Amino acid sequence: MSNLMSGARMLLECLAREGVDVMFGYPGGVTLPLYDAMYDHQVRHVLVRHEENAAFAAEGYARSTGKAGVCCATSGPGATNLVTGLVDAMMDSIPIVAITGQVTSKLIGSDAFQEADTFGITRSCTKHNFLVKTIADLPQIVHEAFYIASTGRPGPVLIDIHKDVFQAQGHYAPVHAIHLPGYKLVTDGHSGQIRRAAQMIWESQRPFVYAGGGIIASAAHEELARLVETVDAPAVCTLMGLGSLPSSHPNFISMPGMHGSYAANMGMTHADLLIALGVRFDDRVTGRLAAFAPRAKVIHVDIDPAEIGKNRAPDLPIVGDLKKVLPKLIKSLLDLKPSSGDLNTLHRRAWWKQIKEWQAEHPLTPSFSATEIKPQHLMVEIDRLSGGEAIVSADVGQHQMWAAQFIRFNHPRLWLNSGGLGAMGFGLPSAIGAQFARPDKLVFAILGDGGFQMSVPELATISSHGLPIKIIVMNNGYLGMVRQWQELFYNNRLCAVELDSFPDADLLARAYGFKGRTIDKPSELSDALHDAVREPGPYLLNVRVAPCDNVYPMVPSGGAINEMVLGPPQPVAVPN
Amino acid sequence: MIQVISLLLENKPGALMRVTGLLTGRGYNIESLTVARTLDPTLSRMTIAVDVEPHLRRQVIKQMNKLVNVLQAVDLTDGPAVMREMVLLRVRASMDSRTAILKEAEIFAARIVDSSVEGFAIEATGDTEKMDEFIDVMRSYGDIDVTRSGMVAVSLEAKKLRLSPPVPAAAESAKSKDRNGVLNA
Repeated sequence: MSNLMSGARMLLECLAREGVDVMFGYPGGVTLPLYDAMYDHQVRHVLVRHEENAAFAAEGYARSTGKAGVCCATSGPGATNLVTGLVDAMMDSIPIVAITGQVTSKLIGSDAFQEADTFGITRSCTKHNFLVKTIADLPQIVHEAFYIASTGRPGPVLIDIHKDVFQAQGHYAPVHAIHLPGYKLVTDGHSGQIRRAAQMIWESQRPFVYAGGGIIASAAHEELARLVETVDAPAVCTLMGLGSLPSSHPNFISMPGMHGSYAANMGMTHADLLIALGVRFDDRVTGRLAAFAPRAKVIHVDIDPAEIGKNRAPDLPIVGDLKKVLPKLIKSLLDLKPSSGDLNTLHRRAWWKQIKEWQAEHPLTPSFSATEIKPQHLMVEIDRLSGGEAIVSADVGQHQMWAAQFIRFNHPRLWLNSGGLGAMGFGLPSAIGAQFARPDKLVFAILGDGGFQMSVPELATISSHGLPIKIIVMNNGYLGMVRQWQELFYNNRLCAVELDSFPDADLLARAYGFKGRTIDKPSELSDALHDAVREPGPYLLNVRVAPCDNVYPMVPSGGAINEMVLGPPQPVAVPN
Repeated sequence: MIQVISLLLENKPGALMRVTGLLTGRGYNIESLTVARTLDPTLSRMTIAVDVEPHLRRQVIKQMNKLVNVLQAVDLTDGPAVMREMVLLRVRASMDSRTAILKEAEIFAARIVDSSVEGFAIEATGDTEKMDEFIDVMRSYGDIDVTRSGMVAVSLEAKKLRLSPPVPAAAESAKSKDRNGVLNA
């Protein structure tokens, strides 16, 4: 058998070697040779209805599995449509490999039909990108792309391939080694620093674990639980870290930050030691940085050296992979564990008491009404059906925050959301990627009525593959989060936030060949959700909720996180 | 404040864009940039002078070191380093000022690279301040045209270059499924 093959075939060969079982894409002129090779190849291609959604679906695949997701688009508009998804993956450190076609190499720079400078455009949207000019380079580059995307701090990598490279014939030789001398990976963690971290932890009286998406990226969730238990420290998980410590874990407080709980934010503010693991001190978590955790020393563990000291200077930095660092830290902690009569042990007991008081003082309580469906009520019902086990892919806005507050996640890779970029239109295509990756799982796509309407074309993809995604639209008739800010910070001068003319969900779903329903009474909610879940195929449930509810607690932009607005009436400044 | 950064990077298309993109994406203005091949033709050495607030300087270096094409980025601003610029300058010289110009050039250890009835072309190297002075002096003799190379710098400290070793590709682990090196035969 000859190993002479086209570049297109060679690409698919490399994808198969990388273990790619499905890719999400949209064909076009310059990728025709690739799609021709796909015709009789094992790698499965899912046709989405917009390239942006191919990128989001690849993200959903990656977020729910940890494996690199793959998306594919043609040159010019196909490639530019991927950009939002690439930036989204960049912000949340999600491994995806994007393949784009480029015009024939002879035509490049000539403003040829559907030509765009994809390599230039995506430079800042990717962890790394490639332009493949000859078939000889192709296999090496494809494997390098997967390696870069999925190692270290994961991220998106784009491979732009000339049409004539797809068409060229070449001898395929498997790639055995990847050599990227400038790709610096620091994974082990400095053992002296780790030992010092253990000392600091035992010397602290009010330790607080601040865990983020890095725990999930490095699959260090079990190690996180052991660490938290070893120290018996309270722990928060950021929006990106939800599920890294089970919501059912007794040490789990909640999410911190702008819409975090009172106890989480007060805990951060009063801690004398922050154990920051795979986090980046994002402004949505820290609020006003100068007032963030003012009493705390900081231990910061991250695989990306550039995150260390970017926003908050740590007292003890550790660069490394949490999966490798945490076991060593736990070992040091056990080695150095003080006797039970240690004074700090007593202080830490008092610290827990204080945390419990904060939790009791202002718990995250859902509100219910007899006449209208409260958004929190919806989330509580979904939570009950999920039991901390379902995949929830959220869009961006109020519903995302309520879902993060009230839906429990007992495992990592269940909560999928656009955290850093806040890209509306993410939730539905991401659910598609997740359902392909995890066909066994119950997948909810929780969307606002705004984000849903950005994703409507993908109802066709869902229908065509019979994906049993439960699409729950939290419909308040507004771009709710923008409306909330206009109400609170712009004298309620509502501008361009009303979403009237929402389609009839039943008719819309039926138009796509599956079931849908609209409900607006609290009494209907539980049964309607049950029906949706029981339906073997897709289901669109449009839930009309109270139109003007706001997400609380809320830290106003630029405020200190202990100065939360706890509820609708008046801001309550909490004294330190 | 001007930060001087020395980078060793792969001599590949797009490598320069990645480095400058990091700076322009943060709104920093590049004061000068020089780049050329090293002894190893697969690598380039780049010197950048860029206006960065002091507290962000470390962050810029870290971000540059993250780039796959960058083998090493080093901040030379405060370290022991030699920094030089080259100036190529054409000065119109009247007959009575020619001798004085030659004398001045000698003071700056500059070389005359062309001489004509209109004037001289002069080449000078030195640190930025010295080159500023040289240009000022020459301007006092008449119209000048100036081209500056931008700063090149060399660290006086040997910084250990840490490079990543090769790693096995995914193709290796898929070997068991291999049939004549082709998977989907």
